[in-house]
Amino acid sequence: MQSLFERGPTLRTRLLLTLAFAALMIFLDHRLNTMQPVRSFLSTLVAPVQYLAVLPEQVLDRLVYLAQTRSALREENEALSRKLQELQMALQRLNFLENENARLRQLLGSDVRQTSRRMVAEVVAVATDPFSHQVVVNKGFANGVYEGQPVLDDRGIVGQVLSVGRNTARILLLADQSHAISLRAERNDIRVLAQGFGDLQRVELKFIPHSTELKEGDVLLTSGLGGVFPEGYPVARIISIDRDERLQYAKVLAEPFSQLDRIRSVLLLWPADAAESPVYDEPVEAGSELTEEADDVD
Amino acid sequence: MWIKSGLMPLLVSYVVAMVLMVMPLPSILEAWRPDWLSLLIIYWLLAIPHRVGVGTVLILGLLADILMGSVFGIYATALLIMAYPAIRHFQRIRNYSLTQQAIIVGMLILVKRAIVYELEHVLNDAVFHLPYLYPVLSSAILWPWIYLILRQYRRRYAIR
Repeated sequence: MQSLFERGPTLRTRLLLTLAFAALMIFLDHRLNTMQPVRSFLSTLVAPVQYLAVLPEQVLDRLVYLAQTRSALREENEALSRKLQELQMALQRLNFLENENARLRQLLGSDVRQTSRRMVAEVVAVATDPFSHQVVVNKGFANGVYEGQPVLDDRGIVGQVLSVGRNTARILLLADQSHAISLRAERNDIRVLAQGFGDLQRVELKFIPHSTELKEGDVLLTSGLGGVFPEGYPVARIISIDRDERLQYAKVLAEPFSQLDRIRSVLLLWPADAAESPVYDEPVEAGSELTEEADDVD
Repeated sequence: MWIKSGLMPLLVSYVVAMVLMVMPLPSILEAWRPDWLSLLIIYWLLAIPHRVGVGTVLILGLLADILMGSVFGIYATALLIMAYPAIRHFQRIRNYSLTQQAIIVGMLILVKRAIVYELEHVLNDAVFHLPYLYPVLSSAILWPWIYLILRQYRRRYAIR
């Protein structure tokens, strides 16, 4: 047995050295924020682990897909084309309104709203650490993803990009306790600040006076202040207002529209003034994106 | 000799543990997900302490930090503090019965989780939920099987 008599530095010395190293890492990362390049490199290194982790699920999904019957597919197809038709009718109206809006804004002398570019990304891993609400998606700086980029799903804002690897990016969900977002109420334009507190289905509105005009059921949109999220995307709906006079502020809870606990795919958004631009994997996607942009601009 | 026998199987076991750590689970099982990485580290520390030491634990801890998206070094610190008693008393723990080992493993993982929570609380104002400690129980219950499977694995691939 080699280990009856130790050679080299004692166990305690080695432990103290490594602990000091770990403590230095915590200090550098948390206090000085200097670990971002290292973090980015290591995320690229561990990306295969994340892809391996979702592989069984993807295989299962594929099997379920292959096992679908012809009639079920036909029904789904019909339902989808009906839905597409409805959406296209709504889109015509939207295009008309957008043009009108642009003209009116020109008349008023204010900037015409720029359109943003977007890209779909799949969620490849969910952090199992219950103290932080993050997900990892399968697009990285190879696709033009950048830190602080806004992320949506089909219902509303999901969160923002926290760190970027080559082919993966980590997204901080808006229900995380370290995330706050500036919103305004759709009904009366009251500006509020929403912060997560660890519950995936709730955010808390901060610093709301007892005399607030907000009501339960009010829809909250992004305010565009702060520069991270573009203006006007739906985020949450107020579900309870507790006007307990003993507390300094009213306790207002809101429920995010996006299903943060079961997101599978998200939409990465490049605002018009972003320095980075999206890099698409397939030329087909790029083509559809161009037409989409043309639709938006005209 | 730099490359000792069974280096590849050893690395493969680390990768498998990390994959299991981030693999999506049904939400009922999610809270009970055993602490695979800690279980694996404890086993190797008890089985081949001359080979897997604090250096390995430090590197695995930093990789775990990246995978979990926590502040760099939190998992490393917790795993190192957890590893110390295991390395210090490996000869004694090896001779315990599997049930006794399971209790000790449970205690080690409890310590690890407590440290992670404390650091998260100090750095990021984390809130404590009791389900965070369920894996202590599930890991301890799974330990005898983990031990037997990994012993088989170690003998098969001659990891010495």
